[in-house]
Amino acid sequence: MEYPDDLKYTKEHEWARMSDGRITVGITDYAQDALGEVVFLELPEVDTEVSKEDTFGVIESVKAANDLFAPVSGRVAEVNSTVVDSPEMVNTDPYGEGWLIAVEPSDLAELDELMTAKEYAEYVRSQKE
Amino acid sequence: MNVKPGATQPLEPLLFEKGSPGRVGWSLPPADVPDVDPDAIFGKGAARGPVEGLPELSEVDVVRHYTRLSRLNYGVDVGMYPLGSCTMKYNPKLNEWAARIPAFARSHPLQPPEISQGLLALMHALERILCEVSGMARVTLQPAAGAQGELAGMLIVRAHHKAHGNPRHKVLVPDTAHGTNPASCALCDYEVVTIKSGPTGLLEPAAVAAHMDEDVAALMLTNPNTCGLFETHIREIADIVHAKGGLVYYDGANLNALMGVAKPGHMGVDVMHFNLHKTFSTPHGGGGPGSGPVGVVEPLARYLPTPIVNLRDGQYVLDDVPESIGKMKSFHGHVGMHIRAYAYALALGGKGLAQSSRYAVLNANYVLERLRGAYHVPYAGRVMHECIVTDKRQNDHGVKTLDIAKRLMDYGYHPPTVYFPLVVPGALMIEPTESESLETLDAFVDAMLAIAREAEEDPELVTGAPHTTPVARLDEVEAARKPILRWTPA
Amino acid sequence: MPHRYLPHTPDDLRRMLAAVHASDIDALFEAIPEDLRRRAHLDLPDGMGEHALKAHLQDLASAVRVPEPEGMFLGGGAYNHFQPGVVDFVISRSEFYTSYTPYQPEVSQGTLQAIFEYQTLICQLTGMEVSNASLYDGASGLAEALLLARRVKKRPKMLLARSIHPDYRAVARTYLSGSDAEIVEVPFTKAGTIDRAALEKALDTGVAAVAVQSPNVFGCVEDLRAIGEMAHQAGALLVAACTEPISYGVLRDPGTLGADVALGDGQSLGLPPSYGGPWFGFFATRQAFVRQLPGRLVGQSHDANGRRGYVLTLATREQHIRREKATSNICTNQSLCALAGAAFLATLGKTGFAELARQNLAKAEYAKRVIRDEAGLAFPFSAPTFNEFVVEVKDDPERVLGRLREEGLLGGIPLGPWYPELERAILVCVTEMNPKSAIDRLARGLKA
Repeated sequence: MEYPDDLKYTKEHEWARMSDGRITVGITDYAQDALGEVVFLELPEVDTEVSKEDTFGVIESVKAANDLFAPVSGRVAEVNSTVVDSPEMVNTDPYGEGWLIAVEPSDLAELDELMTAKEYAEYVRSQKE
Repeated sequence: MNVKPGATQPLEPLLFEKGSPGRVGWSLPPADVPDVDPDAIFGKGAARGPVEGLPELSEVDVVRHYTRLSRLNYGVDVGMYPLGSCTMKYNPKLNEWAARIPAFARSHPLQPPEISQGLLALMHALERILCEVSGMARVTLQPAAGAQGELAGMLIVRAHHKAHGNPRHKVLVPDTAHGTNPASCALCDYEVVTIKSGPTGLLEPAAVAAHMDEDVAALMLTNPNTCGLFETHIREIADIVHAKGGLVYYDGANLNALMGVAKPGHMGVDVMHFNLHKTFSTPHGGGGPGSGPVGVVEPLARYLPTPIVNLRDGQYVLDDVPESIGKMKSFHGHVGMHIRAYAYALALGGKGLAQSSRYAVLNANYVLERLRGAYHVPYAGRVMHECIVTDKRQNDHGVKTLDIAKRLMDYGYHPPTVYFPLVVPGALMIEPTESESLETLDAFVDAMLAIAREAEEDPELVTGAPHTTPVARLDEVEAARKPILRWTPA
Repeated sequence: MPHRYLPHTPDDLRRMLAAVHASDIDALFEAIPEDLRRRAHLDLPDGMGEHALKAHLQDLASAVRVPEPEGMFLGGGAYNHFQPGVVDFVISRSEFYTSYTPYQPEVSQGTLQAIFEYQTLICQLTGMEVSNASLYDGASGLAEALLLARRVKKRPKMLLARSIHPDYRAVARTYLSGSDAEIVEVPFTKAGTIDRAALEKALDTGVAAVAVQSPNVFGCVEDLRAIGEMAHQAGALLVAACTEPISYGVLRDPGTLGADVALGDGQSLGLPPSYGGPWFGFFATRQAFVRQLPGRLVGQSHDANGRRGYVLTLATREQHIRREKATSNICTNQSLCALAGAAFLATLGKTGFAELARQNLAKAEYAKRVIRDEAGLAFPFSAPTFNEFVVEVKDDPERVLGRLREEGLLGGIPLGPWYPELERAILVCVTEMNPKSAIDRLARGLKA
């Protein structure tokens, strides 16, 4: 399992990447592996306001449906419509083409509350036990 | 089944892919009144010509189509169907005849009770049988299936609390529960509080007490639970719930273990549902129709769905229930299933029903005992009418529960329930039912043992299974990603 | 003593008890408190042999004095139609009726393909894009449609035509009683259809759905297109229930007319009335709402060798995965009844279904004519009807119907108990089962 160092992570297995004032959000390699082949994504519309730790969408495999939780609060600036049409991209490239939404954060300090790659790897290990 | 392995042509074309324009499968009675012009009656644009796309087949075509399809199916009449928590017992043939007796089948639900006495008598008698088996005071036969029974039962719970000033907000549901339990609660606007079962697979009184307060409307539980274990502390748990004014809802999915053995009414249960398609042998029909009567203690009878059959002055009547939660279903429920269940109960009688439950439990214990050496058994001790083993040992060889299930098909069995209850990883939940003879049980266990050996010696044989079914494993991911839910012309 | 349903012999029992290390069967029940077991005796008679049981059931049946189908004029949600022999043959194949939900597709292709075909047939009848694998009945289908509208529109109010069958409305009310949804009933006019002026007034931005039934409980055909336009204008869904799906053979389908959900009871499609069931509820909607559908769905796929096959799909909507967040609490469908419906439609086919509908219409029109012209009775409603209609009698309806019963006719359903303002009205249904001679007798009897 790979957890890139430049990302921040949530306990619900989302990642967040800060760049150009926006935060891109996706699910982690661990999450996509645990879920299995992704068949469906329900993502919010652009301009929806999301709050940290609230659900912003749903991700489904054949036998499971999981809520997606926002790592930070803010306005949805962009939605990855390609991944909605090709949900398998979440499995093949969770940190790249499989990104889900980009948020204009309302409080950048929220980012600091998330886990680092190292902390997240440790968290995943503890969850498995 | 005359199927070449590996061939890729459809097993049977769709209804819409065969036939020929103008071919008919049925002849209408001759018209003895003048024909009419639908356009003139309904106005242009409101009438319609023949429905585009409907098949054009002869009677022979239709019969062969469905006969061929039926041969792609596995049923209880084909062999053992040990699907846990579904009670796939034998469906007696007399019952099929009974439901088709013309006077029953032709009866219209709104025909006057005076001419329906035989049916009302049957429904009334079935209610008395269900009351006797369960120890409840009254039973409604109206709900269509177990899940609708749950909804009716929880609405009765809500009505009771509302009448006492506060509908309350929460329902306690053990983590071993069927998914319908929380879903039914949600429809009643109850928040579901999940209670963890203990390490022995049982619900612990302390865990219930910790969550029980005066905002809890009810505890919903299945007994025996979905681990196949009797909730030994049921009475103490019921007392805890009652002490705070809560009610106990009993999911009767597993009642087949308890007929003549123990009555929910004596366990502190206030509301329960029956599954006539499980315990009382009405056929499962490929997923329905079921029938989910609901029983209640006397103080809750005033909330039952309306109407209810009563006997007054020697006549059976349909009475309204004044404080009823309303109607769950049009008319009187699945009367055709009531007829079958009634015939079943009479065929067995009190002694036979009790014997059925005792044999169901003996069969499950026998299967478990014989599987013990080869499969991981999550809970120690005896079980009731179903048992759970897991794939833990087979995992070492890369073989999972799903593979074992699929391989069982090659041996001629329907697989058990898999990956349920959710609290047991890799569960195979086996419910043999009382219908199976010792030879059948032995043959099934032998197949399971052979698969356990294959998992060690030739795991790919198991992970590639099934090898002998009409189709190989199907791609469920493809179906879900790009759903094709109907045929459309090419 | 061995029973015919229970195969164990005394010798089997001995061997099995030894294998489980139990002295007797009672020992297996030690987890159950002793006092519960002591009180569990069943005070029921001994079991009956097949012979005696058959005689007993026949006795009960003889206490059901239902007339020959020729003389049956009851509709009101359950209809008197011919069941082609093929239908009962198909649902009597025990590979179908003794199987369960097709969780394991490799050994369930028969049920799965049959449901896939059923879903297609329902789409063809209703003109909708997607059908589920069936629900319990039309009444709970209406409730599920309103719950769907509640989720899709996130609005609380449901407008229900009072001309919808009272059982449908009652079940909808029961299902929604635990939710925050509010049900408002819209009256009917002298036409016997929804009062569009009242509907206009009731339509505000809080309305999630407008529900009507066509044909409705009076047999009257609603103007779905106009009602749908009004509903959509207000941002609400049009839920189009139907009392009698045979009408789809002659009436424009609800999909074309703008319905967002089409539903009803499938009893007319090959199932006997059976005093109320089991039948099936059909439920179809637009592709856009597929993720909001209640109940099971079958989809097409391929097996590992590339062979076409069918599976249960989009299961993440359902209770066994989504639990309290599921779209419905329904677990199974009415599979065997839906199979009967599919076999019925396959047997009648394109021509037969259209002719059947046409003949029902012609019979009902003939009945109306003789009741009006020869019996001199009036019809309180003016809207066109399909195979049932309301007639006003000059005496107490119970008395009229009682007299007809003596002549071997079940002449109709008194509407007073459902609609107090219609205390002199009888709902009469005429189908292909009623020959002209019986219709003529009915007309004479209604007059007397």
